[in-house]
Amino acid sequence: MTALGYTQAAAPTRQVAGLSVSAWRRIGLGAALALALIVPFWASSYHTFQFTLVVVYAIALMGLNLLTGYNGQISLGHGAFYAIGAYVTAVLVQKAGVPYWATVPVAGLVCLGAGFLFGLPALRLEGLYLALATFALALVTPQILKFKNFATWTGGVQGILMDKPDAPWGLPLDSDQWLYFFCLALALPLFWAARNLVASRTGRAMVAIRDHPVAAATMGVSTALTKSLTFGVSAFYTGIAGSLGGIVVGFVAPDSFSILLSLSFLVGVVVGGLASIWGALFGALFVVFVPNYADQISDLLGERAKALPWAIYGVLLIAFMYLMPTGVVGMLRTAAARLVEGAGRGRSLGKPGA
Amino acid sequence: MISRRRLLQTTAASAAALATRSLRAWAANAPGVTDKEIKIGQTMPYSGPASSYGAIGKAELAYFKKVNDEGGISGRMINLLSLDDGYSPPKTVEQIRRLVEQDGVAFIFQSLGTPSNSAIQKYLNDRKVPQLFVATGATKWNDPKRFPWTMGWQPNYQTEAHIYAKYLLADKPDAKIGILYQNDDYGKDYVIGLKDGLGDKAKTMIVKEESYETSDPTIDSQIVSLQSSGADTFLNATTPKFAAQAIRKSYDIGWKPIHFLNNVSISVSSVLTPAGLEKSAGVITADYRKDPTDPRWKDDAGYKQWLEFMKKYMPDADLADNDHPYGMMAAMTLVQVLKQCGNDLSRENIMKEAANLHDLEMPMLLPGIKINTSADNFAPIKQMQLQRFNGKSWELFGEVLSG
Repeated sequence: MTALGYTQAAAPTRQVAGLSVSAWRRIGLGAALALALIVPFWASSYHTFQFTLVVVYAIALMGLNLLTGYNGQISLGHGAFYAIGAYVTAVLVQKAGVPYWATVPVAGLVCLGAGFLFGLPALRLEGLYLALATFALALVTPQILKFKNFATWTGGVQGILMDKPDAPWGLPLDSDQWLYFFCLALALPLFWAARNLVASRTGRAMVAIRDHPVAAATMGVSTALTKSLTFGVSAFYTGIAGSLGGIVVGFVAPDSFSILLSLSFLVGVVVGGLASIWGALFGALFVVFVPNYADQISDLLGERAKALPWAIYGVLLIAFMYLMPTGVVGMLRTAAARLVEGAGRGRSLGKPGA
Repeated sequence: MISRRRLLQTTAASAAALATRSLRAWAANAPGVTDKEIKIGQTMPYSGPASSYGAIGKAELAYFKKVNDEGGISGRMINLLSLDDGYSPPKTVEQIRRLVEQDGVAFIFQSLGTPSNSAIQKYLNDRKVPQLFVATGATKWNDPKRFPWTMGWQPNYQTEAHIYAKYLLADKPDAKIGILYQNDDYGKDYVIGLKDGLGDKAKTMIVKEESYETSDPTIDSQIVSLQSSGADTFLNATTPKFAAQAIRKSYDIGWKPIHFLNNVSISVSSVLTPAGLEKSAGVITADYRKDPTDPRWKDDAGYKQWLEFMKKYMPDADLADNDHPYGMMAAMTLVQVLKQCGNDLSRENIMKEAANLHDLEMPMLLPGIKINTSADNFAPIKQMQLQRFNGKSWELFGEVLSG
């Protein structure tokens, strides 16, 4: 994608197989969109459900990528915002009778506020210290959700069950297909907005703070405000994802939002590719499918290997990082750059990827 | 070894989402049932915070292997797909949908965990897929009117509390009861069960109720307040860490009530030993299983049967772990249901036969405890026997009681 001016590997005048690089990009985008639109008609409802989760996680990863990839702040606690989003939706739907679609923006806004407020004190914390503070956030969230004084709202440990929404307006879609399109319809503008954000002045300020905070401040960037806002926007995305996740799964409980969820988000962002819009999608594919493959591979090793799925997951993760140290998108960029290099003047290009 | 072909097949099957599911061969039988096989599914927390319970899934896989080695059920092999859900409800939903929609299992057997089963109960009931013998002690699984496709297995918490109430009404009708419970559905089930069991006398007999959160560091203040309420009987409905604290604290402050400890925390090694064995002497609980570490069962036929199975099919497993007898007996219950089904393995008939078990005995159930179900009783084990800790081991006393 043309997401980032500064990582763009090739100038638009470059030609590959008779088409400019940007034309190839547009073709790629169109193909991906077309694929996304036909998936639920082609896949079984179980796989449609999985792809819906991919879309949901992609939104969450997009949020975390804004914070970690573009702004350089590490969060180990985005599962907390995901949980808040899911609970806002579940409580509004089950206790207040609000239609599910109307709760999604509310969940996003609540998380925007929560993220902005959490971002304020977090400003004093850099790098690993921020990672620890957010880690605490992820640890404490399930406990707060179980807290007895909130139990009338949160349902305590038992959580809240929601009905699965059917397709409205008599559309000839089953519930899984409808939810897929519902999530996709929200994901597309969110991705488009994220792409525009990182290409804007604010986006450049975010990147500048990541790369050199002192220089950014000298240039007149308000470091504090930009960081807090990034935290808020990041939480907004993750909150919307949480809300959608709650609707898709139809059930929220404190055990759904363990520390493992936050860690999976970070894994997804890094595997997909830091500071890239498409990275969120690849990361989400990894987060949803790889643990299942690990489980299946472990099954093939026999019954005694029942404890192994996470070991296999670990091996796969290491393999990914070894083969694609800059994430899936980083690898694609390298490959594309090589292609352009081969097709073009053979001049060596700057380091692609971020 | 993984054959490369098989790996590719598995990968292709789920990644490419080519859902070409074969049509049912027999309209009557459930999906996953052929002449050669009965395919069933479950989720287990093989990873995550509850991973110690994974032993149950392993024992069940091992037991079905034994059944298959002996010819299966009327020639049909039981193929249990046991998937890891890490005790995370969204993962449970995903895995159960995979089992039902992708793998086409006949039904779900012994999925573990209260939140996990809550997350899938509606889905399975809407689809009329049996959710058999769920591995959780919550009371809500015995609700055939609202959820005719869900059935529990082990005695539930209210049943256990009923048994304590029965004993108290008979032996100490003037007891002044103090309760300490974990503030969630599990803890509240005991309070509800006790009040229910005591009936009209609950108001006068229960003098104090205290609760705690799992995040609390100690429950010292609750114990002190229970003592000062004048209670002479203590229902300790707490999980292992807090149970040990409660036993020690009440001993240390000189409070000597009749102490009922819930079955959740009866482990000698992880509760009573840390609390102090002499401080634990006299504590009463109820159980339905033979304790595999109790030397009394050394020559017992049922125990020997279990030991033989363990030696042959789980040679590396810990013989002291109560979860192995649990898994074996749950699997045996299912085998009985499938045998009763004969050649009609439709989902309706499997559910009907699951609700048609009469006086079924199991090798590791305490003598006299039998499994019974009916169309309006989806709680297979409802009997327990009281036992008292003598400072070394649990000693059974009294009759087998039904809750």
